[in-house]
Amino acid sequence: MVDSTHPDLLRVEGLTVAYGRNDVVFDAAFGLRRGESLAIIGESGSGKSTIARSILRLLPEGAKARGSVQFQGAETLSLPERRFRPLRGREIGFVPQDPGNALNPVRKIGNQAHAAAALVEPRDSRLRRALILDTFERVGLRDPQRAYDSYPHQLSGGMLQRVLIGLAVIPAPKLIVADEPTSALDVTIQKRILDLLSELQTDRGIGLLLVTHDLAIAAERTDRIVVLKDGRVQDAGATAAVFTEPSSDYTVRLRDDAPALNPDRYSAVRGIRRPDLTARPRIEVSDLTKTFHVDGRAHTAVDRVSFSVAAGTTHALVGESGSGKTTALRLLLGLEEADEGTIRIDGESIAGRSLSEVRDIRRHLQLVYQNPFTSLDPSWRVGAIVREPLDRYGVGARRDRAALVASTLAAVGLSPAHAKRRPSELSGGQRQRVAIARALVLEPEVIVFDEPTSALDVSVQSEIVQILLHLQAERGLTYLFVSHDLALVRQVADSVSVLHAGVVVESGPAERVLNDPHHDYTRGLLAAVPRPETRVETRVVAHGEALAATSVETRVETSVDTQVHAPVDAEPLARTI
Amino acid sequence: MTGAALTMRRPVSATRAIAASVPLTTLVSLAFVAIVLAWAVAPGVFTSFDPAVGVPEDKFLAPSAEHLFGTDQLGRDQFARVLFGTQSSVLSALVAVAIGVVVGGVIGLIAGYFGSWPDVALARLVDVLLAIPSFLLAVVIVSSLGFQTINAAIATGVSAVAVFARVMRSEVIKTRRAVFVEASTLQGGSRAHILFRHILPNASRSILTLAVLQFGLSILVIAGLAFLGYGDPPPASDWGLLISSGKDYPRAPWLLVFPAAITIATVLAINRISRWLRKTS
Repeated sequence: MVDSTHPDLLRVEGLTVAYGRNDVVFDAAFGLRRGESLAIIGESGSGKSTIARSILRLLPEGAKARGSVQFQGAETLSLPERRFRPLRGREIGFVPQDPGNALNPVRKIGNQAHAAAALVEPRDSRLRRALILDTFERVGLRDPQRAYDSYPHQLSGGMLQRVLIGLAVIPAPKLIVADEPTSALDVTIQKRILDLLSELQTDRGIGLLLVTHDLAIAAERTDRIVVLKDGRVQDAGATAAVFTEPSSDYTVRLRDDAPALNPDRYSAVRGIRRPDLTARPRIEVSDLTKTFHVDGRAHTAVDRVSFSVAAGTTHALVGESGSGKTTALRLLLGLEEADEGTIRIDGESIAGRSLSEVRDIRRHLQLVYQNPFTSLDPSWRVGAIVREPLDRYGVGARRDRAALVASTLAAVGLSPAHAKRRPSELSGGQRQRVAIARALVLEPEVIVFDEPTSALDVSVQSEIVQILLHLQAERGLTYLFVSHDLALVRQVADSVSVLHAGVVVESGPAERVLNDPHHDYTRGLLAAVPRPETRVETRVVAHGEALAATSVETRVETSVDTQVHAPVDAEPLARTI
Repeated sequence: MTGAALTMRRPVSATRAIAASVPLTTLVSLAFVAIVLAWAVAPGVFTSFDPAVGVPEDKFLAPSAEHLFGTDQLGRDQFARVLFGTQSSVLSALVAVAIGVVVGGVIGLIAGYFGSWPDVALARLVDVLLAIPSFLLAVVIVSSLGFQTINAAIATGVSAVAVFARVMRSEVIKTRRAVFVEASTLQGGSRAHILFRHILPNASRSILTLAVLQFGLSILVIAGLAFLGYGDPPPASDWGLLISSGKDYPRAPWLLVFPAAITIATVLAINRISRWLRKTS
């Protein structure tokens, strides 16, 4: 049956998957050759995970897959579970999406690794243990013994994802199916995990099926691409071909919407703005410090952070989780009290103000949260949500407020009919529009965005960004934009502060910081942005977790970035950021 | 596989299916509770007999078309007595639930929203209430207030305060930390506004489910108190009292069986509705 010399590792034909009576995948077809990598790209609800699960035969109860899935020339879809089970794990490995949920929290990792090792010879537990530790070391866990003896909560997300890759690799499978393996991780960790998967693919000849929503990652990492929308294959073929000459409108749109591929996407609308750069900065933050005390230990979340934002421009605070960027903006909004430092809005200091004065300042300083699924009260209707700030601040006459709500909803691209709905009846993008409308309705001068699009699909993200930039151009708004996504920052920001462990390591105009970074950390962040065109050259095999911890790695990345300094080469590379 | 696909749907679509169509058992339960509530409001509409007036020669008649539930030792129509007993049995349970929801809800709201010392103080009070078995507490309260059904209702309500306070407190704490509450602060919402417009509506969802559940439980507790003689004295016809006097006549089992069956059916129906509410909310 399973023919280990068959040229096609995986062949999917006419795959149709239905949940109950609803078909979610229609007639999908693609193939993956031995040692190749294939990306399945799509947005949420496109059916990409369903396809991955059909291949692994891990579909939820009640789902029904028809068509043909051949693994090494043998049909697997129609196999009885008893005969498929030897393939799952041994021949086809699986790396799940969220490393935090994929391991049993009450069992040690070593214990769980033995379950994976039990799939293969040898039967001796000492040898198995050696195999596990060896594998852990190969997937870049610096201290395999510590990982072996740890419980999942004792390791970071990046380490857990390495453990999961290790567990998938232990039985030496021919194919690894990775379902968004990096979407829960920081960008630099993402790069390391992707490097590891690419390395396994090239060095050990393991076929890689990468499920992702990120076209740039797919283009950088894989040989072949399948683009999926609403369960239908839009485009399929060699990466370079799909990438340069997409045959479907959807792929074109996806490519245009990916920030990493279109740094100058919004330069037209940004060019309309005429910020007065000579005037006093709208936001001035200097020497802001905040220390939290957790379990008796002091943790300085924000350490002498300073930045200023000119009126009518966009400033980006960039950093990974734990860098202090969210704390910085909470201090700015008065949600936390700073230990030291001053915050001035339009030249007026916020510190030491009474509650009602802070309330007045907040009127001109609004926040849009990261996750529109939690930031809107589920029991309120959209109209009431947008109207709430007007009522609270007593803006305008009572009878004018409904009209103001309607016009604000229109400004973010929602119809009056949406006002009668509850948040649960809206999509993620629509909810975020409501959140933006709520911030906008008071006509504030400054809007702070805490990763406003990270919970949204890339095409929705581009719609939201478009709206934000249009509003900025129309109303002269000042934006403070918190993000970990340098590609997006590159598209929208005028100036940037890079935060690392609570300290501003680099700041300046966006052009300068992103084209000519001075600090290693900034370079690391930039190197983590996927670059399809430099795919062959820039694949740096990285080990370990901490950035710039190994001098070798830093040097390699520096040498890549030195191209940027040369005026001739700077443009093509810079454009891909 | 096809059979499995039909019977076992994904959890998501299952919830949707329930939201779209109420299951049959819940519909039956809703209908039954509606009838019981109608009995409580207007018992006279459903029977022509007077529950207090007996016809001595008709005593101990077995259930028939005329006397649906038979007659008792004084020749009173048992069906009429159950109907007229509904009012005090069911409405006093409503009073009990109202006391539990209002007092417990306020305690939970204050404890959950303000935290620090009010929380500690109220938590001790709730601990004390929880430490005493609720039926015992009810007996003690009725003994000191007097043997009346309304006092039994108050006692039942007081013994339910702790449960409501606990649930309310945890819901308020959960909602208070929600992002949309912080968002409301940024939009200029005062504490009272946030408390009453954001926290209370969101926290009250699970209180509603609990209140319905507690309604059924209160009917049982009040019937139990009436059975032991802690409710209105005869000739009142509380369900518990009917069961209590019915047990004295083993040769006329209908006197015991019908009030007991109605009590059990009401409580089960209410439980079913509560479970349905919990699943859909």
